[in-house]
Formats: sequence, C-alpha cells, structure tokens
Amino acid sequence: MSDNPFSLWVYLSQSPLLWLTVTLLTYAVADAVSLATHRHPLANPVLHSMWIIGAFLLLTKTSYTTYFGGAQFVHFLLGPATIALAVPLYENRKVVAAAILPMLVALVVGSVTAIVSVVLLSEAAGLPRAIILSLAPKSVTAGVAMGISESLHADPSLTAVSVVLTGIMGAIIVTPLMNRTGITDFRARGFAVGIAAHGIGTARAFQVDAVAGVFAGIAMSLNALVTSLLVPLAVTLLIH
Amino acid sequence: MIASLSLILLCQLIGEVIVRGLDLPMPGPVIGLILLLALLLARDRFAMLARGPLQGQSQGDGVESASRGLLAHLSLLFIPAGVGVVQKLDLLAEHGIAILLILVVSVVITLLVTAAAFLLASRLLAHGEDQP
Repeated sequence: MSDNPFSLWVYLSQSPLLWLTVTLLTYAVADAVSLATHRHPLANPVLHSMWIIGAFLLLTKTSYTTYFGGAQFVHFLLGPATIALAVPLYENRKVVAAAILPMLVALVVGSVTAIVSVVLLSEAAGLPRAIILSLAPKSVTAGVAMGISESLHADPSLTAVSVVLTGIMGAIIVTPLMNRTGITDFRARGFAVGIAAHGIGTARAFQVDAVAGVFAGIAMSLNALVTSLLVPLAVTLLIH
Repeated sequence: MIASLSLILLCQLIGEVIVRGLDLPMPGPVIGLILLLALLLARDRFAMLARGPLQGQSQGDGVESASRGLLAHLSLLFIPAGVGVVQKLDLLAEHGIAILLILVVSVVITLLVTAAAFLLASRLLAHGEDQP
C-alpha cells in the first residue's frame, strides 16, 4: 500500500475514521480560535467548521454520503443531548418555576413568530412550495426539524442546512442585537435565542451567561415540543 | 459513566417507543427529556431511587456530569448536518440569497418578539402581584 499513496487515500477516504477525525479536529481548531478571540460572535465554531469541511469535501471530490459515514457518530449524539437538557432544567428548577408564566407566553409567541415569519417571507419571495415546507421548522433543533420535514414530505437535508444556518445567524446576531435594543435581562435574552436558534444559540448563550444558557436550553426543548405541533397547522393555514 | 450514558439512551429509547407506538406528533427525544426530568425530581422524593447514575451530585460519574459533558460541546453536534450544504449548492445558487435573507430577517424578528413577550409578560405579572 505504501508504494501507492493514492490507494492509501482511497482506503482512508472510505473509512469512518478519517471523516470522524476531520470533524472533531476542525471543530477543535475552530473552537480554539473562538476562545482566542474571546468568543467573538463572528468566530462561531460551527460556521467555520462547516465551510472548511465543506470545501475539503469538494476539493477531494468526496460525497456527502461518504463523509456522513464517519460524521454520523457525532450527528447521533443530537438525540442524547436533547435528553441531557433535563439536567440544567432540573438544576435550575427554582429559577424556572419563578418565571414559568412569562416563559409560556414567550414560548407560544416566539414559536408562532418563528414559523409564520419564515413561511410568509418565503411566500412573498416566491420560493417554490417544497422549499417553503423545508424552511418552516428551521428554528428547532436538527433532529426534530428533520423529523417534521419528513412528515411534511419536504426535503429533510435542506431542512437540516436551514436549521444550522439559522442557528449560526442567531448565535452571531443575538449579543449585538440585544445590547443595541437595551434588553439586559439574561433570562429574556437566553429564552429568545433558544427559541430562535435552538442548540447553536444555546451554546452561544452558555458562553455569555449561565442563566442565559439555562433559559436558552429550556426554550429550545420546549420549542421542540411546540413547533412539532404547530408547523403542520401553520402549513395548512398559510400555504396555498 | 457507562451507567449514566445508558440511562440517557434508555430515556431516548422509551421516548421513541412511546412516540412510534402511540403515533404522537412529537419527537422521541422530547419525551425522553421529560422522562429524565421526572426521574431526577422523583429521586428527591424517594431515596430508593438515589443510586447508580441517579446517586446525586456529590458523585462524579452521575447522570448530571454525563449530561454536562454532552452539552458542553452542543455546537459540535450540528456540524455533520451543516456540512450537508455541499449537497445543496445548485439549489443555493438559484435561491441562496433569498433563503439567507429570509432566515436572517426571521431570526431577528423572532429574537426581538420573543424577548419582548418575555419581558412584557413578567412585568405584567409582577404588577399583578403588587396589587392583588
């Protein structure tokens, strides 16, 4: 094998090992850069890992299916990580119980806004129906959104991409937006980013403030519940 | 550690079984989350539950620390799905600008409306408590 570097590449590029390593290594570097810039919003580790790995796949002419063969082990953990949200919820049950009513109001209002805004804007832009359906659940966490997309017979992989893009945008925008509008209550800031930008927003919230992180995690998990009920309804009402 | 991960996976598995079995319109992990939360709350009431992965925070390898480990790098878990963008380049060439603009506007609106709803509701409720 060593006399032909190409055959080594052919072997490695088909094995899960290479793509799992690439995913973890790229993230580790992107996260170190993010830390070195004191968690600057634009140094978002997901954003930079995404384009670096994407470019690498295009350059090496590797198919996404091959890449996913290795990366699926990371992707799988989205489910267990959703269960794990029970722990911050439990540990902060007193804070949560004290703010339960504002949370429920913000949950319903925010969840409806996230869905209705994207559906109406897409309709106004004249996007094809299949794309609108795929974008509708973009504010919930990837596993859940892909499930919703599947049940609507939309395109789950386009949904996954729009979910990640939405998460990155939310994580980048939230701090400057909230500072500029003078919203200083970290419960409200965290809750908003959890509704609008699910896990990537929640990861950002934990970087900024522990209370914000907890409220983001709660918002994200409650939103998964509400959005999976609301999207089918919104789609029947809003799309002709 | 293994016991804690097993407990998390077990909650997810039961969640999936319930969702598929009863044909519920919600994702399995959400039921799993509710299950684990119920277990943690039940542990405080019934001492007999406080063993193994549920033994409590003084132990280093309980379900709490396993969960914190999973959540510490939550954003890593989204990368495989995000890289899926390479499959959608032709679609993005056609509609990419519109999709990006729509997503940005929708995110900004959602952030502001949600935060405003939270603040408004907590202020109205605090006001209500002052003058019962």
